Amino acid sequence: MNVMSQTWVAIGDLTDIPILGARCVKNGDMTIAVFRTTDDQVFAVEDKCPHKNGPLSQGIVHDNCVTCPLHNWVISLETGQAQGADEGQVRSFPVKMDGETILLGLR
Amino acid sequence: MTKQKLVIVGNGMAPGRMLEHLFTLAPDAYDVTIFNAEPRVNYNRLMLSPVLSGEKTYEDIITHDDAWYASNGITLHKSAKVSGIDREAKTVTSENGITASYDKLVIATGSSPFIIPLPGKDLDGVLTYRDLDDVDKMLAAAKAGGRAIVIGGGLLGLEAAAGLKMQGMEVTVLHLMPTLMERQLDPAAGYLLEAEFVRRGIEVRTKANSHEILGTEDGKVRGIKLDDGTIIEASIIVMAVGIRPSTDLAKASGLDVNRGIIVGDDMRTSDPDIFSLGECVEHRSMCYGLVAPLYEMAEVIAANLTGAAATYTGSVTATKLKVTGVDLYSAGDFAEGEGREEIVLRDGAAGIYKRLVLKDNRIIGAVLYGETSDGPWFFDMLKKGTDVSAMRDTLIFGQAYQGGEPLDPTAAVAALPDDAEICGCNGVCKGKIVTAIKDKGLTSLDDVRAHTKASASCGTCTGLVEKLMVATLGDAFNPQAVKPVCGCTHHSHDEVRRLIKAKGLKTIAAVMQELEWTTSQGCAKCRPALNYYLVCDWPDEYADDYQSRFINERVHANIQKDGTYSVVPRMWGGMTSSKELRAIADVVDKYNIPAVKCTGGQRIDMLGIKKEDLPGVWEDLGKAGFVSGQAYAKGLRTVKTCVGSDWCRFGTQDSTGLGIKLEKFMWGSWTPAKLKLAVSGCPRNCAEATCKDIGIICVDSGYEIHFAGAAGLDIKGTEVLGLVKTEEEALEHVVALAQMYREQGHYLERIYKWAKRIGVDEIRRQIMDDADKRTAYFDRFVFSQKFAQVDPWSERVSGKDKHEFKPMATLSLEAAE
Repeated sequence: MNVMSQTWVAIGDLTDIPILGARCVKNGDMTIAVFRTTDDQVFAVEDKCPHKNGPLSQGIVHDNCVTCPLHNWVISLETGQAQGADEGQVRSFPVKMDGETILLGLR
Repeated sequence: MTKQKLVIVGNGMAPGRMLEHLFTLAPDAYDVTIFNAEPRVNYNRLMLSPVLSGEKTYEDIITHDDAWYASNGITLHKSAKVSGIDREAKTVTSENGITASYDKLVIATGSSPFIIPLPGKDLDGVLTYRDLDDVDKMLAAAKAGGRAIVIGGGLLGLEAAAGLKMQGMEVTVLHLMPTLMERQLDPAAGYLLEAEFVRRGIEVRTKANSHEILGTEDGKVRGIKLDDGTIIEASIIVMAVGIRPSTDLAKASGLDVNRGIIVGDDMRTSDPDIFSLGECVEHRSMCYGLVAPLYEMAEVIAANLTGAAATYTGSVTATKLKVTGVDLYSAGDFAEGEGREEIVLRDGAAGIYKRLVLKDNRIIGAVLYGETSDGPWFFDMLKKGTDVSAMRDTLIFGQAYQGGEPLDPTAAVAALPDDAEICGCNGVCKGKIVTAIKDKGLTSLDDVRAHTKASASCGTCTGLVEKLMVATLGDAFNPQAVKPVCGCTHHSHDEVRRLIKAKGLKTIAAVMQELEWTTSQGCAKCRPALNYYLVCDWPDEYADDYQSRFINERVHANIQKDGTYSVVPRMWGGMTSSKELRAIADVVDKYNIPAVKCTGGQRIDMLGIKKEDLPGVWEDLGKAGFVSGQAYAKGLRTVKTCVGSDWCRFGTQDSTGLGIKLEKFMWGSWTPAKLKLAVSGCPRNCAEATCKDIGIICVDSGYEIHFAGAAGLDIKGTEVLGLVKTEEEALEHVVALAQMYREQGHYLERIYKWAKRIGVDEIRRQIMDDADKRTAYFDRFVFSQKFAQVDPWSERVSGKDKHEFKPMATLSLEAAE
């Protein structure tokens, strides 16, 4: 049952994440970075820069992108794609809101 | 042949320009003596408004400095107002008793502001807007705050009002006529201008007739009463209702004077050995108050002084308002009248209004508001009387729409004829600029300004000159020579820092809004820079934005390649103890810290700590008395010392003690880039102070202060700031130097790069020679430390920013299903 379907997991409230900041969710061996933008959109990507695995959750957030703290790659939070001249993509996860509660879509 | 004697009365822009021409034409013809009533060298009076608004400084607007007078052999008498001319004996005498004889005399006494003869006009606080002294008085008044009333809604009045508003005053403009700048603008453009001023929070009252200036008992301004009985409270009143030629001296000398000093087409007065130019003259019944005609006169006099027979036949003038963010251009005659037609273009949403007045298919007047780049093109056709019937339908859309495909802006400039005027102030045409660029191999805007004067006065044609350089030089010219902070803005670091202060911007959002950032939230380059500038400039008011700090400064540890962190506690001056070492050993064991290393700054680094463990590590270190070593900060790092006179047989002073004092005084302060100090106890320099950002070498006679060393990407020995006698003085000088760097450095600019940019001599002058400046820097540093010296580790141990160090959730999939 439900083998291929999305599982929505409550991970906390919107206010747990600072505006223009991120928090981490541990999922087994994987860390998922959950971001909040100025207009309260929430995005989730694996906490691992496609360049050298830098922790994206520690970067500076701007205009729906995050700049990796290790070597300044800019990653789109919407698509997971590296911006500008850099090439690479980080795995992203769907997020939906239930009131103030953030639900993370896992497979 | 002996040189002739040329005496000039007045040292404004017109005679300055005249001398430049004269020295080009005949460098050795005259011995020149200048009498100047103002106590300073020649500066660009057109740029007073940017000085008032804080966008430029006095130094920026000097056109001829002391060195220029000296190198041209000019005798300049400052603060020397001429009291009389003896035309028989051919001498002039100043109020302070200097007499000089002349073969040729040039009178350039300029004009004085017109003072409305209102009751109360002599009260303290009634100002005019004419020279730098007026600007200084206005800036002093602005510091005290309150309301300023500007009487006069013309060019000068509006520039003064905008400047005072930017300096933080409440401002009311009183204007007698129904619309602003009615001599240069038609009512529609006047309305748009008024709306713009109101949007900036400046109150505009048109049809306002002043009745009386009200004063306090001790003779200070307290407000104004209008004819309709309205009373407006104010702490200063600026009269900017016009100028009148200063003719007293000429009149007393028996020269022909009407409204101004009467001159012929050769610029001679009624005495053939006396010339006159500038705002004091009347030529063919016209008096001029704009700079372009004055410069044309200057050229004519210079030629005639060398025996030529040049003539001046009057000027057609164009006007631009120098208020940042207001684009406005007007030229010619734009009143309605018999046989006149007009073409109007309005774009309400974009705030654009353009109107051309034509007569017999020729442009006779132009008013542009909101978009003025075609101004010079229209003005060119106006002066030449070009027949525009062939392009009438598209004329108003501007030059780019004439014939064939629309041109890009550079191509439009390239398409201009060689005699098209680019710089109205200095009367420089396109051909002259292009020739100078090619013949002299000019590659920068400053070069072009220096050689041609184009865009060197009011600067509003800078864009045109840059496009012309692109068209001439192609890719060899980079108009962005002033590097912007990042892709989000066209402003340089300097401009951003200056505007933050001038406009009183106190949040990142305010900076981005007011300075027209092109992205909504900036980027990882500009946000940390802005955060630093605001922390530095408003230490008590600005709330540090942690989301705009690089991760190391956000979590107060250094991120490593694997995402773990390293932690360096302070060891004051590099001194430690068994108790401290034992505490470090315990922490290393308890948290399984994989690596421990001595740093280059005499401290101990613990590497490979997991982020979640940071608060625990800090808590244990805190119990042993450690605070953060800020080894991650663009701020004060370490103060390295040698053992000095405590132990060393060569030590001359207590270098360890001074190092500890400096570190305890300065820890916690944020700086543009990292700041590393060292104190060596003797010139053997075991603490390696001569490659540090700031270093001290102790000697028998005191303390030699060094700075601007580097031993990283670049290697550079320090510069010597100077020698001081006592430890207290050493501390004061070092702290003042650090504060000067904090206030002026660009974000991420190390002190040696800053020093190269500012000049070591200038830094020495401010810190070593100017005690007032030094004390002021020192005091501002001390004030800022009140808010900066909080140990970030203990704050976090007690719960601040908890979210940083804990996962939001730890999931187990089984439990979720």
